[in-house]
Amino acid sequence: MKCKAIIISEKDNVATALESIEAGTTLSIEHQARTERITLPSTVPAGHKFALCEIGAGEYVVKYGEPIGIAVVRILPGEHAHVHNIRSHEKKAEEGL
Amino acid sequence: MTFQGYRRSDGKAGTRNHVLVIPSVGCSQHVADAITRNLKGAAYLPNILGCGQIGADREQTKRVLVGFGTNPNVFAVLVVGLGCESVPAREVAEAISESGKRVEFIEIQSSGGPRKTTASGRRFVRAMLAEAARAAREPIPLNELILGTECGGSDYTSGLASNPALGVASDLLIAAGGTVILSETPELIGAEHIIARRARTLDVGRKVIEATAWWEKQAIDSGQNIREANPSPGNIAGGITTLEEKSLGCIYKAGTAPLEEAIPYAFAPTRKGLVFMDTPAHDIEQLTGMVAGGAQIVVFTTGRGTPIGSPIAPVIKLTANGELYRTMRDAIDVDVSRVLKGSETLKDAGQRIFEQIIAVASGKSTKAERLGQRDFCIFTIGTHI
Repeated sequence: MKCKAIIISEKDNVATALESIEAGTTLSIEHQARTERITLPSTVPAGHKFALCEIGAGEYVVKYGEPIGIAVVRILPGEHAHVHNIRSHEKKAEEGL
Repeated sequence: MTFQGYRRSDGKAGTRNHVLVIPSVGCSQHVADAITRNLKGAAYLPNILGCGQIGADREQTKRVLVGFGTNPNVFAVLVVGLGCESVPAREVAEAISESGKRVEFIEIQSSGGPRKTTASGRRFVRAMLAEAARAAREPIPLNELILGTECGGSDYTSGLASNPALGVASDLLIAAGGTVILSETPELIGAEHIIARRARTLDVGRKVIEATAWWEKQAIDSGQNIREANPSPGNIAGGITTLEEKSLGCIYKAGTAPLEEAIPYAFAPTRKGLVFMDTPAHDIEQLTGMVAGGAQIVVFTTGRGTPIGSPIAPVIKLTANGELYRTMRDAIDVDVSRVLKGSETLKDAGQRIFEQIIAVASGKSTKAERLGQRDFCIFTIGTHI
């Protein structure tokens, strides 16, 4: 199945569902030269994210090629990635300088 | 690369050729409206400020009015005052005349009242319109274009496709030597370090951080914590997890170029390339600040839809929500929803937006212009006395 989800940047370790995708669905998501084949263990609503690979607890969750937060528990490939397993990393603004 | 624009006496180039009537105070707004009524090519600013303003707040109102008058999309200006306002018509007109542009001022109290002021104002505007009609478009290098970027009425398609596609177009314009303004500071919070990291100098990066910190403090001082309240329950239900994610979706529209400069509200960029302007997220105040700073064209991304437009600058409306494009076609110019269906790449969508920017800069009208949208609102920073 194609085009039900989108990867924004090649650095991303999550994809975003463009429509509600049911548990058990296997997706093939293309981004430039990269193709990710992934089976979702749980249903992911439209606009929500799921992991493209295993993301360990404490690792950055990357979307738009940038960290959007930190995984608070291990997130398995295809797993719904949201407020229950990601927190804001509250990066200090000065770290950017 | 070039667009077809109007060369002005101060060397700048415009995408439009308006004769602009500026009420320097809210009390002269109706006369400004009456002066321009049914005169094609004439526009007025629906300004409600200019009275009871002091200090930096007064200066900001004056700077915005002067910025609109000196914007190269304007051929000539008439400033209409009442006669006792805190932002006098004479002062605004004198500041605009430094650009070499044709400008006159008139005051209602010393001109025998609203009707006489309207009649003499219309005589001047008619004469200017006749002269403006003789101005011709000529090829202008794209490096003279200042593009304002903005998002509002966003939904999840904004961060996924319309903002990234606009980012591609921003990069193309900057590659051609042009200038792109990123603003709406409160929507940078959580991603300000990314913009700051792209700054050319430490000082420019610091200004971005200071600007976002100021807005956070404003919220805290009024008992709100932006980072706790954001993302909102509606954002979370829609799939946005953290404030960083929300802000990243917003800043994507500025592309990937280094940040050259950080400027306060309604100031003109002094450098080309990517420029950050500190503005509110209020759609019309932000738009007004960028146009006052010299933007001759704006691209506005939306997911839920908005008719917003400027009195003097074309505003191209862009969406990645195909349903919105179908239902609000009278307000939306460009549809990039095929990016989310996988049938158009971001690169191709960005190229299409870039081409639309050049076409509109060269005279093609936008939906907001056809609707007659002339939204104008100055960001106030002081108590009115």
